[in-house]
Amino acid sequence: MEFPDNLFYTKEHEWVLIEGNVATIGISDYAQEQLGDIVFVELPTVGLELKKDDTFGVVESVKSVSDCFTPVTGKVTEINEDLTENPSMLNEDCYGDGWIVKIEMKNPSETKGLMKSAEYHAFVKEEAA
Amino acid sequence: MTDKTYTGCNLALEEPTLFEQSVEGRLGLTFGPSDVPQTNPAALFEGGLLRDKPALLPELSETDVTRHFTRLSTFNYSKDIGFYPLGSCTMKYNPKIANKVVSLEGFTQTHPYQDVSTVQGNLELIYTLERDLAEICGMDAVTVWPAAGSHGELTGMLMTRAYHTAKGNPRRKVLIPDSAHGTNPASAAICNYDVVEIKSNECGLVNPAEVERLMDNEVAALMITNPNTLGIFERDFKKVADIVHSKGGLIYCDGANLNALMGYVRMGEIGCDVMHLNLHKTFGTPHGGGGPGSGPVAVKKHLEPFLPIPIVTKNQGHYALDENRPQSIGRIKSFYGNFGVLIRAYAYIKELGGEGLLAASRLAVLNANYIKARLKGAYDLPYDCPVLHECVFSDKIQNEYGVRTIDIAKRLMDYGFHPPTVYFPLIVHGAIMIEPTETESKALLDRFCESMIMIAKECKENPEIVKGAPHKTFRRRLDEVKAARELCLSAS
Amino acid sequence: MRYLPHTNTEIKEMLKIIGAFNIEDLFASIPKELRTAKQLNLGPQLSEIALLEHLKTLSRNNRNAEDTLSFLGGGAYRHYVPAAVSELASRTEFVTPYTPYQPEISQGTLQVMFEYQTMMCRLFGMDVSNASNYDAATSVAEAVLMARRVGKKRRTICLPDNLHPEYREVVSTVLGKNDPDVHILPSENGLFNRNALKDLLNDNLAAVVVQFPNFFGIAEDFKDIAEMAHKAGGLFVAAVAEPLSLSLLSPPGSWGADIAVGEGISFGLPVNFGGPTLGIFTAKEALLRNMPGRICGQTLDAEGRRGFVLTMSTREQHIRREKATSNICTNHALCATTAAIYLSLLGKNGLIELSKINLDKAEYAKKALTKINGVRLKFSVPTFNEFVIELPRPAATVLQTLLKDNIFGGIDLGRWYPALKNCILVCVTEMNSKRDIDLFADKLASCLSPPL
Repeated sequence: MEFPDNLFYTKEHEWVLIEGNVATIGISDYAQEQLGDIVFVELPTVGLELKKDDTFGVVESVKSVSDCFTPVTGKVTEINEDLTENPSMLNEDCYGDGWIVKIEMKNPSETKGLMKSAEYHAFVKEEAA
Repeated sequence: MTDKTYTGCNLALEEPTLFEQSVEGRLGLTFGPSDVPQTNPAALFEGGLLRDKPALLPELSETDVTRHFTRLSTFNYSKDIGFYPLGSCTMKYNPKIANKVVSLEGFTQTHPYQDVSTVQGNLELIYTLERDLAEICGMDAVTVWPAAGSHGELTGMLMTRAYHTAKGNPRRKVLIPDSAHGTNPASAAICNYDVVEIKSNECGLVNPAEVERLMDNEVAALMITNPNTLGIFERDFKKVADIVHSKGGLIYCDGANLNALMGYVRMGEIGCDVMHLNLHKTFGTPHGGGGPGSGPVAVKKHLEPFLPIPIVTKNQGHYALDENRPQSIGRIKSFYGNFGVLIRAYAYIKELGGEGLLAASRLAVLNANYIKARLKGAYDLPYDCPVLHECVFSDKIQNEYGVRTIDIAKRLMDYGFHPPTVYFPLIVHGAIMIEPTETESKALLDRFCESMIMIAKECKENPEIVKGAPHKTFRRRLDEVKAARELCLSAS
Repeated sequence: MRYLPHTNTEIKEMLKIIGAFNIEDLFASIPKELRTAKQLNLGPQLSEIALLEHLKTLSRNNRNAEDTLSFLGGGAYRHYVPAAVSELASRTEFVTPYTPYQPEISQGTLQVMFEYQTMMCRLFGMDVSNASNYDAATSVAEAVLMARRVGKKRRTICLPDNLHPEYREVVSTVLGKNDPDVHILPSENGLFNRNALKDLLNDNLAAVVVQFPNFFGIAEDFKDIAEMAHKAGGLFVAAVAEPLSLSLLSPPGSWGADIAVGEGISFGLPVNFGGPTLGIFTAKEALLRNMPGRICGQTLDAEGRRGFVLTMSTREQHIRREKATSNICTNHALCATTAAIYLSLLGKNGLIELSKINLDKAEYAKKALTKINGVRLKFSVPTFNEFVIELPRPAATVLQTLLKDNIFGGIDLGRWYPALKNCILVCVTEMNSKRDIDLFADKLASCLSPPL
């Protein structure tokens, strides 16, 4: 399982890429593995205003469903529409083409609470045990 | 072993859809010449109201239709082919006499809007059934209108809300164990209650201390399944009920597992305020490939005013339907429940009597414990607690060989059995829940256990054959991911 | 007892393996203070012969449409159930299986579901159908809940009073009797009152519901209402109590319905005092993920052969739990199976033929009854196989007299509509012969003729 160093991670198994005041969010390798073959992704609408910890989408596999929670407050500026046709992208390339949303952050300091790769790796190890 | 088991006998190996077999001009049924003058629809209805093209239903002869559905039926496993060891489903044998009685014209040809004086037989059946179910559960009143267990749950939760509203505060929360069936939280949510999950303790039981911690004046009810979804008796039921009652809450009991307790425990005596039953489980009505079922709700006196209308009343031997119940939650279904299902359950109860139901529970518990004892070494028992009518194993041992519960389930089909319930309850990883019911003989249980033990052996010695199962069924493993990704929900 | 196969010897052997002395030991986990002291008093056990006799006696304590001429409709329509339908639908391989969660050994049920879903889509003119709900009333309630989910903050639900009273009552029960956003719109001459709707066409509109043909049997053009609902951003829901009519009349999908539900008793089910019923639930493709109930889909198996499975299960309660689209688990699969068999037997042309017969008979009855002095047609608008007649005195008394003449003359509308207490809802199907209708007219005439 991979947890790239340049990303932050949440307890809900999302990854966050910070570029300026834009946060790109997806689900981690651990999450996609746990879910199994993804069959559907429910995306938010562009322009949606979100508060930290709000649900911004839903990822469905055949046997389970997971809500996606935003770790930051902000506005949805872009959604990955490709996921509607190819939900399997989340399994195949969860950190690259499997990105889900881009959020323009209102309060970038919220990222301070996020985990880095090593910390998340340990967190996953504990959960899996 | 596997060669001697029955896996179905189909001469037809493929069956196209009705639409693929349709031939223009074929007729399955005609109605003969009319005895009244023919009308011209175009003269009666304005253009916009008439179909411009006929609905594309198939065109087949009666022979085609008979063959099609007969062949399709042979692709099904069914209760009359073998047993279903499905935990929490109580798939007991469906008595054939029930088929005969539901076909009586005196029942099938009655209409719900006939004057009550002309359906005294129907009303008597319903009235008696309600009282019999109340007797079995130790409750004061019963409604047989809900069409299914979850419909009963919704009805029970609506009554709970009405009860609390009448007292001045509908309250906001419902406590539900993490081992509960999904219909419990779903039903509570429809009634606009927030679901608060209670973590189970060892044996997956409800922990009174947890309930004490979570119980407050905003909790409308606690929903509890007894025996729980692992088949274990909730020994602290009364303690939990007392805690909830002390703060004015109600106890809702999911009666899906009643088959373990008939004649032993009556929920109404141990603190239950409202509960539902599943006639298609405990009372032997058939599953029909998914339904129809029936989910009567039994209540204590303080909830009686809130029962859905109409209420069947009896006055000097005459039955009637009373809708004058100002506190009733209202109607929950059109007409009078699933009347055909009610007839079957009524017949079942009348044939067995109290003695028979008690015997059923005793032997259901015997059968489940027998299976548990025989499979104990071969499969991991996540909770080694005394069980009643069902037992739960996990795939922990088999995981070491790369085999999971789903594979074991599929391999069982090659041995001629429908698999047990899998992946429920959620609190057990890879749960395999087995409920044989009382209608199964020792010979069959032995054959089942031997098959399960053989499969456990295969997991160790030949895991690939288990992982690739089923091999001998009409269809091999079906691609559910493809079905969900490339939705095709009707014929093109 | 015959359903309990255990012999004493076997019980002993089993207990030995378990390591218990007797069956009572197996109940040791139940604390003594929680055990009942009561012996269940349910009457004596009955043999099969006695049981059959008992049920026969109960059934004979009813009158029914075989011994009494019946013109009862009101959402439960008596149609001929062909012999092939009863026989095929009662095959144990359709009656006794469990829900097809293990698709490899349930291809019979699953293929039938797929075919049923297809036929519902084609009949209702919609994109998707589920594999059944309980009945039309609960289906309307599910549709309304769905409209609110889809509409997010929108709450207003408009129900005309010519929507079946029981459907309205069930919606009220599920949404709460005091829900301020549920509006019952009074009808006008039996028709949908457009004026009553106008004030509710705002951004709080979740759904407008109509019945087609409506409770009074009237077939009304609803295209304008669909437009109004859509313009206001709400959904348009159609309920069809007599789906036989859709083989002749324009289906909901072609006049703008987003969700179309119905009652499937007409498709091969005996009226049976109103249950089990068949809740038909269809919708436009865009709403698919919000639909309640089980759905069957097509796929391939490991050897590339076509097969069917339950799909989109993540909407359902066993996965989504409190966030599910519905709490429904058990559905009415066997009733859907029966409908599929019925519709394939009648087929495209047979269903149209049957519709025409129903229409012909109803029109003939209309004329025969309104010829009677004092009887008038209440609403002079197009109807299918049901219509309303108005009498010079309360329907209730007339119907009682007709009952003495062995006729169920119809439904007393005064039961729900005080202003229509002199009105009877009369239903005529292919099961009523010309002779039956003439006899009915005859007896009604005698009923109403002034006493000597």
